[in-house]
Amino acid sequence: MDSMLIYKALLTVGVFAVSLGIAAYLTWGERKLAAILQDRVGPDRAGPFGLLQPLADGVKMLMKEEMIPTKANKWLFIFGPSFFMLTACMTGAVIPWGSGITVDGVVYPLQVTDINIGLLYLLGVVSIGVYGIMIGGWSSNNKYSLLGALRASSQMISYEVAMGLALIALTMITGTLSLGEISKQQDAGLANVVYQPLGFLIFIICAFAETNRAPFDLPESESELVGGYHTEYSSMKLGFFLFAEYINMFISSAVMATLYFGGYNFPFQHELGLEGNTLAIIQTSVLFIKIAIFIFVFMWVRWTLPRFRYDQLMNLGWKVLLPLAIANIFITGIVMWAMGKLN
Amino acid sequence: MLSEYIFWFLSFVAVFSAAGMIFSKNPVYSVLSLIVTFFAVAGHYFLLGAQFLAAVHIIVYAGAIMVLFLYVIMMLNLNKLEEEKKSLYIKSLSFFAGGVLMLVLIAVVRRTEELQTIQPAVYNADMGLTQHLGKVLYKEFLVPFELASVLFLSAMVGAVYLSKKELA
Repeated sequence: MDSMLIYKALLTVGVFAVSLGIAAYLTWGERKLAAILQDRVGPDRAGPFGLLQPLADGVKMLMKEEMIPTKANKWLFIFGPSFFMLTACMTGAVIPWGSGITVDGVVYPLQVTDINIGLLYLLGVVSIGVYGIMIGGWSSNNKYSLLGALRASSQMISYEVAMGLALIALTMITGTLSLGEISKQQDAGLANVVYQPLGFLIFIICAFAETNRAPFDLPESESELVGGYHTEYSSMKLGFFLFAEYINMFISSAVMATLYFGGYNFPFQHELGLEGNTLAIIQTSVLFIKIAIFIFVFMWVRWTLPRFRYDQLMNLGWKVLLPLAIANIFITGIVMWAMGKLN
Repeated sequence: MLSEYIFWFLSFVAVFSAAGMIFSKNPVYSVLSLIVTFFAVAGHYFLLGAQFLAAVHIIVYAGAIMVLFLYVIMMLNLNKLEEEKKSLYIKSLSFFAGGVLMLVLIAVVRRTEELQTIQPAVYNADMGLTQHLGKVLYKEFLVPFELASVLFLSAMVGAVYLSKKELA
C-alpha cells in the first residue's frame, strides 16, 4: 500500500512535469505552425530548428522586470495568474494516460486517481478556472483588463452550459462518470464519437471557447483591448497566463481523446499479439498521438479563422449550441429507447 | 481519526471565511470569502460520502452563481460606493429577524442528538454516490423532482421577463 502511495505521488509529479514540458513545446509548435501556414520560417535562432526557443522564452520571462501597477490590488494581482495556473494543472489528475504497467504482479495504473465523479470533477475545475482571469483582470485596475475579464467570464459561463449538456448525452450511453471506465468501455466497443458525433462537435467548439483560443479569443483581443485581462501583467505573471492557456489546450485535447476517441485504445490492439507492458507503452504513445492531432486542430483553427464578434459569440453559444445540445440529449434518449437499452 | 482532523479543519475554514464574507469592507473580498466557504462545505459533503452533491455544489455555486455575483460587483465603481445610512427602525427589524432565524437553527441543532435520524445498522454508506442518488431521485421521488424543475423553469421565465425593460 505504501509503495502505491509513493507511486501515486511520483505519477502526480510526472503528469505535472509532462503537462508543463509539453505546454512549453507547444509555444514553439504554435509559432512554427503559424510560420508554415503563413509561408515564413518561424523561430530558428535558438538551437537547431529553434528547439531551444521555449527555454529562451522562459529565461526572458523570468528575467524581465516585474511591475505591479500602483493602484492595483496587490494580493489579488498576484493571486489571479497563480490560481489560473493551478486550475490548469489540476485537470490532468483524472485522465487515464494508459492502461497500467505491471511490475512484479502489481498493476500500476497510469491515472492519478479514478474517482467515480471524474466528469463532474472536470466540469468543476473548468468552471472555477475563470476566477483566475476575472480576479487578474479586475485587480489590475485598468478598464481594458476589466473588459477582458468580463468577456472571459461571460464567455466561459455561456459555453460551460452547452459543454455540460453535451457531456450529459455522453454519460447516457456510457452510464458512468469515471474516465477510466469510459476508456475501458471503448476498448470493447467503438469509440464514443461514432455514437455521439453531434455531442463531440458541440464539445470541441466549447473547448475552443473555454480555452479562450481563436476564434473565441475575445477576452484578449489585441486589436480592441490592448491585451485584454493581462494588459497590466509583465514578467512571469504574464508568462503564467500565456502558459496556462497551452496547458489548458493540452489537457482539453487529452479529454477529447479520452471521452470521444477511444482514449489510449487503438483498433485491433488485441490482434497484434502484444501483451502486458509493451502494449501499455504503445497505448500511451497512441493516446499522445491522438492528443497531438487535436492540438494541431487547435492551432490550425487559430491561424485560419478570424475572431468572432461579441454578439455572434453569444448567439452561437445560447441560440445554436445550447438547443443543439438539448436536441442531442433527446435524440440519444430516443435512439436508446428504440434499441431497448433503457432499463 | 484523519477524517476527524479534516472535519475540524474544514469547519474552521468555513466559519472563518463566512465571518470574513460578512465583515470585509470590500465586496470583492466578500465574494471570494464566500467561495472559500462553499469549498469548505463541499469538503464536508465529501466527508459525508455525498460525492455528487459536493461536485455539483462546486460547479453550480462556486463555478456559476458566484462568477455572476463577481461579474456584477466588478462593474460597480467601488471607489464611489457609499454605504447608505439605514434607520434605527430597519436595523432593529433586521436584528430581530436574524435573531429568530438563529433561534430556529439552535432549536434544530439541539435536537439532532435525540432524533437519531441515522441508524448505523441500516444506513447505506454508498447513498451519496451518483448512481444511487439518480435511482432514488428518478424512481421514488420522480413527481416531486419534476415539480421542482417546473418551479425552476417558471423562475427562469420570470427572470427573463423582468430583465426585458420594455415589457416589465
